Amino acid sequence: MNSTTLLVTLIGLAILAYLYGRKRSLAVAVASGGVRHLHSLPRYYGYMTALWCGLPAMIVLLLWSMLEPAVLNQQLIASLPVDVQNLPESQLGLYLNDLKLIAGSAEQAQQADQVKIDATVYLQHMQELSAWFKTALVLVLALAGIIWGASRISQHFQARNSVEMVTRIILMLSSGIAVMATIGIVLSVLFEALRFFEAVPVWDFLFGLEWSPQTAMRSDQVGSSGAFGAVPLFLGTMMIAAIAMLIAVPLGLMTAIYLSQFATPQFRNFAKPVLEILAGIPTVVYGFFAALTVAPLIRTMGESLGLAVASESALAAGIVIGVMIIPFISSLSDDVINAVPEAMREGSYALGATRAETVRKVIIPAALPGIVGGVLLAVSRAIGETMIVVMAAGLAAKMTANPLDAVTTVTVQIVTLLTGDQEFDSPKTLAAFALGLMLFVTTLILNVIALYVVRKYREQYE
Amino acid sequence: MTQVIEAPDIHQAIKQTVGSPFTHKPKISTRNVDVFYDDKQAIFDVSLDIGSHEVIALIGPSGCGKSTYLRCFNRMNDTIQSCRVTGEFRLEEEDIYARGMDPVLLRARIGMVFQKPNPFPKSIYDNVAYGPKLHGLASNRAELDEIVVSSLQKAGLYEEVKDRLNASGTGLSGGQQQRLCIARTIAVSPEVILMDEPASALDPIATATIEELIDELRQNYTIVIVTHSMQQAARVSQRTAYFHLGKLVEVGDTNQIFTNPQHQLTENYITGRFG
Repeated sequence: MNSTTLLVTLIGLAILAYLYGRKRSLAVAVASGGVRHLHSLPRYYGYMTALWCGLPAMIVLLLWSMLEPAVLNQQLIASLPVDVQNLPESQLGLYLNDLKLIAGSAEQAQQADQVKIDATVYLQHMQELSAWFKTALVLVLALAGIIWGASRISQHFQARNSVEMVTRIILMLSSGIAVMATIGIVLSVLFEALRFFEAVPVWDFLFGLEWSPQTAMRSDQVGSSGAFGAVPLFLGTMMIAAIAMLIAVPLGLMTAIYLSQFATPQFRNFAKPVLEILAGIPTVVYGFFAALTVAPLIRTMGESLGLAVASESALAAGIVIGVMIIPFISSLSDDVINAVPEAMREGSYALGATRAETVRKVIIPAALPGIVGGVLLAVSRAIGETMIVVMAAGLAAKMTANPLDAVTTVTVQIVTLLTGDQEFDSPKTLAAFALGLMLFVTTLILNVIALYVVRKYREQYE
Repeated sequence: MTQVIEAPDIHQAIKQTVGSPFTHKPKISTRNVDVFYDDKQAIFDVSLDIGSHEVIALIGPSGCGKSTYLRCFNRMNDTIQSCRVTGEFRLEEEDIYARGMDPVLLRARIGMVFQKPNPFPKSIYDNVAYGPKLHGLASNRAELDEIVVSSLQKAGLYEEVKDRLNASGTGLSGGQQQRLCIARTIAVSPEVILMDEPASALDPIATATIEELIDELRQNYTIVIVTHSMQQAARVSQRTAYFHLGKLVEVGDTNQIFTNPQHQLTENYITGRFG
């Protein structure tokens, strides 16, 4: 049996084990005078039996599947002639690949020499053997698990507690995986970035004013010096994010206040879903809205005022990103504003405050931590936004503070650096990781600042 | 005389308010008040005067409409969309529900203290200064300081918090929070203070402090208090009004209500037959 069939069989066995365990416990219950005399409900005995059946077998299956290729390779290499064994690492790898191809297709086998055919036959034999042992071991373990689990069912056995302990361990492992993934991502970005900093000094990267990542692939190429100053990129990112926040924070906050405090229920029921649709539009669609509608509009308006406007501008991208994140801010703020207790509102009204005064002096301060949280989430969306910027703000890494100019952002550069055929060890591609690291550090700092702000200014109710 | 009356008979039994609902020169007078939530009527034809500088207790079993009635005085029911009030409410001579009456200004004249202490999540000082700031009662910081201190003193809280006026109001104990809410209400110098079960969330010692405070406040304010505790009504009020199923059954001097009730329902309630 292959691993998938085995897995399905195992699940089937576990279901049977559940039914069996439940039935056994019911029999015990009848013998001892009813279900209420059992320590746990019958289904817990079922779960326990199923866990005994499935869990150890599953672990063995997983380990076997992980270790099998390595062990088989080792066995295979040991069986090969000495001169093949002594081949350098990369050629040995090719040789082994060959063998696997031959094992896979008859056509390949006709062209192969005798040594290879022998080795292939040996490989196939080993694979069969391994599969057979695996199947036998897993099934035996599963059946033994059922028997062992069922044998433990008795009136006073604490099945519920042991099932819950297993559940707790599974929960713990799950959260562990999330944490490990975070650490893993950070480390992988960090190590690649370190490799980049071997080629380009950190100082030049952080404070360099020119970004031109084209490096020469051959020594006779000209005009591809490679300059990796990240300042223009961060400037562009900050500018676009700032424009977006300038649009989104006031609009989003005012929307939330209006919807939660002033709007009639009818209008609220209409406006909220519409706003949520705004959040569901793919960013590509926003992108061409920005490039085809907003950017030309800004250009014509700018020209009528006598300003030089690039056809792709930071302003266009910023405005559209701002519109995109309005629903984030408005719906998160709406939630936290509604979470302010009614008693606060009534207390304020009873002192002769108007609705507007109540919102400004009581509700907003009380909801502030949540609002800051929403704004922060929106900032990281704005910083991370790529598609709209590619389409509306261009790719030119310019040192400029003029929002009417074309600019580029960190995320856009990461995309351009890594798309297409690339060498994976040139400074050009590695620069993407350094940029990613910088972006990560930036958002981390933003989060820390926000946490500090929230703690300092929070007005806690209850 | 003391047999329990079945529910369908009760509306029959309360044909007219017994006792003395009207006073000479009332602070607030209400006539023929009906209150509806959508189609459901919560208050039936209540007429009652609140005398100047008296504490009047509204008592009655849960759901009898006494809180609803109380919230009509400062138009807090305006915030509930389905709520409709008819009848006449007058604060001295002014019609509370007149078109020209701004509920915001009305609430500065008729303050309210709620069942559960609800200090704002601000400092003790800012809690008390909130109302005066809204209504421009102080022209400078020194005046504001004075209002805050004197309000806290009148609420009997100043000695306990004078060293930490900048600490959060929500950090106080329940009883202190309620006195802070009273101080906050006093700070806008209202004429009338409405209290909706002000001590029901407090322990007996804090309750006793609040009751003493209510007695002192009577010198300067007219107080309408809703309470579930008959002992409390007996201790703090001069007049008592008994509500039942949205109707005003009996009004009279507190002593008379508790010693010699005229209406059978009142007697049943105060002797603990239901409630």
